Amino acid sequence: MAPVATPFFFYLLSGLALISGILVITRRNPVHSALALILTLLALAGIYLMLYAPFVAGVQIILYAGGIMVLFLFVIMLVNVGRAEKERQFNKQWLLAIAATVGLGIVFVRVFTSSQTLTELLKRPLAQLPETSNTQQVGFSLYGQYMLAFEIASLLLLVAIVGAVVMAKKRI
Amino acid sequence: MSISTFVIVSVIKIVIALAVLLTSVAYSVWLERKVLGHIQNRWGPSYVGPFGLLQPLADGLKFIFKEDLTPPHVHKALYIAAPMLSVICAVSSIAVIPIGNWVDVAGLHIPLEITDVNIGLLVILGITSMGVYGVALAGWSSNNKYSLLGGLRASAQMVSYEISLGLSLIGVLIVSGSFSLRQIVDAQGGRFWGFVPRWNVFHGQEVAFFIYLMSAYAETNRVPFDLPEAETELVAGYHTEYSAMKFAMFFMAEYANMITVGCLATLLFLGGWHGPIVGPPLARVILPVFWFGLKVFGFMILYIWVRGTLPRFRYDQLMAFGWKFLFPLAVANLVVTALVVAVRA
Repeated sequence: MAPVATPFFFYLLSGLALISGILVITRRNPVHSALALILTLLALAGIYLMLYAPFVAGVQIILYAGGIMVLFLFVIMLVNVGRAEKERQFNKQWLLAIAATVGLGIVFVRVFTSSQTLTELLKRPLAQLPETSNTQQVGFSLYGQYMLAFEIASLLLLVAIVGAVVMAKKRI
Repeated sequence: MSISTFVIVSVIKIVIALAVLLTSVAYSVWLERKVLGHIQNRWGPSYVGPFGLLQPLADGLKFIFKEDLTPPHVHKALYIAAPMLSVICAVSSIAVIPIGNWVDVAGLHIPLEITDVNIGLLVILGITSMGVYGVALAGWSSNNKYSLLGGLRASAQMVSYEISLGLSLIGVLIVSGSFSLRQIVDAQGGRFWGFVPRWNVFHGQEVAFFIYLMSAYAETNRVPFDLPEAETELVAGYHTEYSAMKFAMFFMAEYANMITVGCLATLLFLGGWHGPIVGPPLARVILPVFWFGLKVFGFMILYIWVRGTLPRFRYDQLMAFGWKFLFPLAVANLVVTALVVAVRA
């Protein structure tokens, strides 16, 4: 069936992602922040789905929302939430941060509007990949074109895991 | 199919699926009490109705009329949201589970599932991975040490076993080459040498099935991995502070999860709705659904049997078993399956 009410879902999902993204940094209770972050990740998964990338959406939910955020929540639950609530949330550098954000935003807009390749890319009709072969396509590019980058990333992750174990355990 | 017919058909399917699922949740509680009773040389529920068949109704009424207590020291919003989250995640995965072939009703060609998505398996894994939050938040928001420990144990256990569970499914995915549950089942039609059904469990995935079974027990917090609610050490774990319908929601979520896990095992390893199909056209529509139901029922019986037989693990044993035995086994199974498929291709 053809997609229905696409603009509505796009604005709904991106609005959800933005609002919960803001909530992540404004909530005092870290558990609430973590929950808002989960909501952001879920909204992003919905947007991936709208971009015809079901595999990425699924992995986003399973890995980020369902795996990594559980560990975040796990750690937050074990630390003293009461003390974190009394601490100040923003330090004195917020003016600088706003300036940097605005600058970055301007750069993004400039790139978006002026770049030759990007405008051409936007004009081109979206690649109509059959959804059923989406996962296969991801697999082909991961293990074909981007093999080296993929393997380097896995090696980095492995090193990080080993490092975490070494730091956490006194005697191995 | 126009949008309005699509919506009407979907709503009808949702109502039927929910009614069937919730009834089977209620009756699997009855079945569990009855079978456990007989295993332990007792009768189980036998007073309300013939064979105690109306016991689930009586229990439901009791849950509704009990006082819904909210302790004063809880984080209220999350305390109320946690059981809802649990039950929503447990029930909604039924949406992508196919229970039979296509049927033709009133000129419409309808699949026997609420919606046919081509990443069905990923959807189910995603929804169940969100179910962890119900348990973890219940433990935290109750603001009680037993609950917190139960919630932490549950989330650690579910995250650990989810990895072995996912890896055991990838073997099946390699053999059948699709994420769509319908295509996975279709690939299991037919027989080897004329009599052994071509189910994945007889198709080189025996080890994967074993890993899936073990991880599924841990994922649903059932004996022998029911550490999160170990009565003898944690009172009741994450739902210690819950009463009345909120407690019942956790209960429903647990049994709905068991049914989902059973459905998934049936679809991925036991050939889904395939089985001997004979007789008039009507029987040809009903029999696949019957075979599917029978396989899920067998899985539930196995669950209850294990509960009546095995003692509980210790927590370090649970973690060691998951990480040092199941996980390497799942990886080995994956490598061997991939090699065999690659050599054959």
